[in-house]
Amino acid sequence: MNGVQGASVALSDLEKSYGSVAAVAGVSLDIRSGEFLTLLGPSGSGKTTTLMMIAGFEMPTGGDIAIDGQSVVAMPPYRRNIGMVFQNYALFPHLTVAENIGFPLKQRGVAKDERARLVGEALELVHLPGYGGRYPRQLSGGQQQRVALARAIVFKPRLLLMDEPLGALDKQLRENLQLEMRRLHADLGITFIYVTHDQEEALTMSDRIAVMNEGLVAQIGAPEDLYDRPQSRFVASFIGESNFLPATVRGLENGVVVADCQGATIRAVCPGRPATGDKVMVTTRPERLRFADNGCDPAHNRLSVTVTEAVFAGERCRYMLQAGDGTSVVLKEPSSAAIRRRAVGERVEIAWSVADTILV
Amino acid sequence: MRAVQKTMNPMPLLLTAPLVLFMLAFYAVPVVSMLMRSVSDPTWTVANYAALPDDPVFLKVFWNTLVTSLIVTVGTLLMGYPVALALVRAPKWAPVILILILLPFWTSVLVRSYAWMVLLGRHGLINESLLAAGLLDRPLRILNTPLATQIAMTHILLPYMILPIANALRQIDPSLARAASGLGASPFATFRQVTLPLSMPGVAAGMLLVFVLALGFYITPAMVGGPREITLSMLISQQVDQLNWAYAATLSAVLLATALGLIAVCYRLPGIRSAFRMNAR
Repeated sequence: MNGVQGASVALSDLEKSYGSVAAVAGVSLDIRSGEFLTLLGPSGSGKTTTLMMIAGFEMPTGGDIAIDGQSVVAMPPYRRNIGMVFQNYALFPHLTVAENIGFPLKQRGVAKDERARLVGEALELVHLPGYGGRYPRQLSGGQQQRVALARAIVFKPRLLLMDEPLGALDKQLRENLQLEMRRLHADLGITFIYVTHDQEEALTMSDRIAVMNEGLVAQIGAPEDLYDRPQSRFVASFIGESNFLPATVRGLENGVVVADCQGATIRAVCPGRPATGDKVMVTTRPERLRFADNGCDPAHNRLSVTVTEAVFAGERCRYMLQAGDGTSVVLKEPSSAAIRRRAVGERVEIAWSVADTILV
Repeated sequence: MRAVQKTMNPMPLLLTAPLVLFMLAFYAVPVVSMLMRSVSDPTWTVANYAALPDDPVFLKVFWNTLVTSLIVTVGTLLMGYPVALALVRAPKWAPVILILILLPFWTSVLVRSYAWMVLLGRHGLINESLLAAGLLDRPLRILNTPLATQIAMTHILLPYMILPIANALRQIDPSLARAASGLGASPFATFRQVTLPLSMPGVAAGMLLVFVLALGFYITPAMVGGPREITLSMLISQQVDQLNWAYAATLSAVLLATALGLIAVCYRLPGIRSAFRMNAR
């Protein structure tokens, strides 16, 4: 099934309003050929509506959708030649697995023999050979989702859309299928647009993630970009766990931003150049903080805090700390019998590298 | 740990007792005693049944009844399916459509049959309109023909076709039509290959209901069909009037057996039971 080139998709100022409510409020995205792009966001962020507009099930109220440079807004879904996997699988209950997978081929006038061959191939690809004669209700949820996947790719679309396809499955199965989807993406070479509210899923699978909030793209980038360099408080708190400490910008020093925070001096590399006096949030990831007395680089940022809660969670310890003004800070430390555990009420100094300091 | 409850609570059964007793006394006993007459009059015999295959009146009337029921079933299906589809696909209009279906449904069959007499008569609304429009020179003879029976029964039985089909259509997951469309099926192909096959339990249920009800229809054929093309129920009534109890009982048994046989066969069709289950919205 190799040799198909993925479609590129361009969304420009895409809008969808229901009455006075804007579900999608102006989304512009360039999705590259062969990319695995995830639309990630909380429910109501407009990610599914965006996907439905690309598929053609929802009509945009503004903006444009172009696939390979050609506007498809006026095209009905059945002419767009896009594969789609739904959250509830949407398998046809009155058709066998083989008939389900053969459905898109039948619509395209593929002859019966050829159809059978392609269906067999698709079943191999999703590891369900020999299941063609069964009915969807005779399969488990995971198997049904594989059939839905086979049906969506059997006609070699250049673009595959997936709407929370793993949402209804249990954790173990979800993780297996995540890896399988990545493999499938690599094998097929087609463009995937994936919708999920599960940040871990998005981080594991995607080439790039577009984080959506309130009908807009809050930030787009590679998983590491979003995790290490969130540009807003929303992205910092939606992807992974973050600590936020209010601070005031003092100035710039050799391209590094210097800020006052709880009486300490914090340095951060910040792509946007904040002006002196700006109120910002010093943002840190709990697992990138450490206790200063365990030894740390003198260039690290430091802050004095009090331990308010200490939880041993097996592979790591989780500490709830309190800064001078009462702001809570979470610190996660890999557990080791060699490290002294901190007691509640203890005053300690924490430290973290300048590179792990984000200002939002 | 789940406790398995093996003893049945007798209370629900007790609650139905008054109705069960009523039905036994005033329905089951008369029906059984009437059916007994077909094998015990004048003496214990099966002669009443043995005579039927050679009885030209019975054969003609029975054939007539089956044909009429079939025409009415097909008529209600052709007209009812689109209405059921509209009922489900246009939720905004559904309450209006539903009222338009149910108002006549709740009106007495007698009243509706009279209404059809007024409409179809020699000087009825239809003939007068066509004459006034200059489309006819002489009034058409519709009343007192099988056509009149078929028209009136189709109208009266339409709700029995529409409601089960709408119920079946409503049970189809709307994402299936989306999936079909996304996979390249045109709206017509989606209807042909997805919606229609999935609504078949409703169609089967509607056809069964209409056909069985049409088999036993009496008032409407008696009023608008006239005395020449009679149905089985009319023949039974005539025989009762003439005090031919044994013959009437035999005919009744045939009618009952036909209806029960059809229900038994259809009840084995997959999915038909789900179509009878009313959908709590």
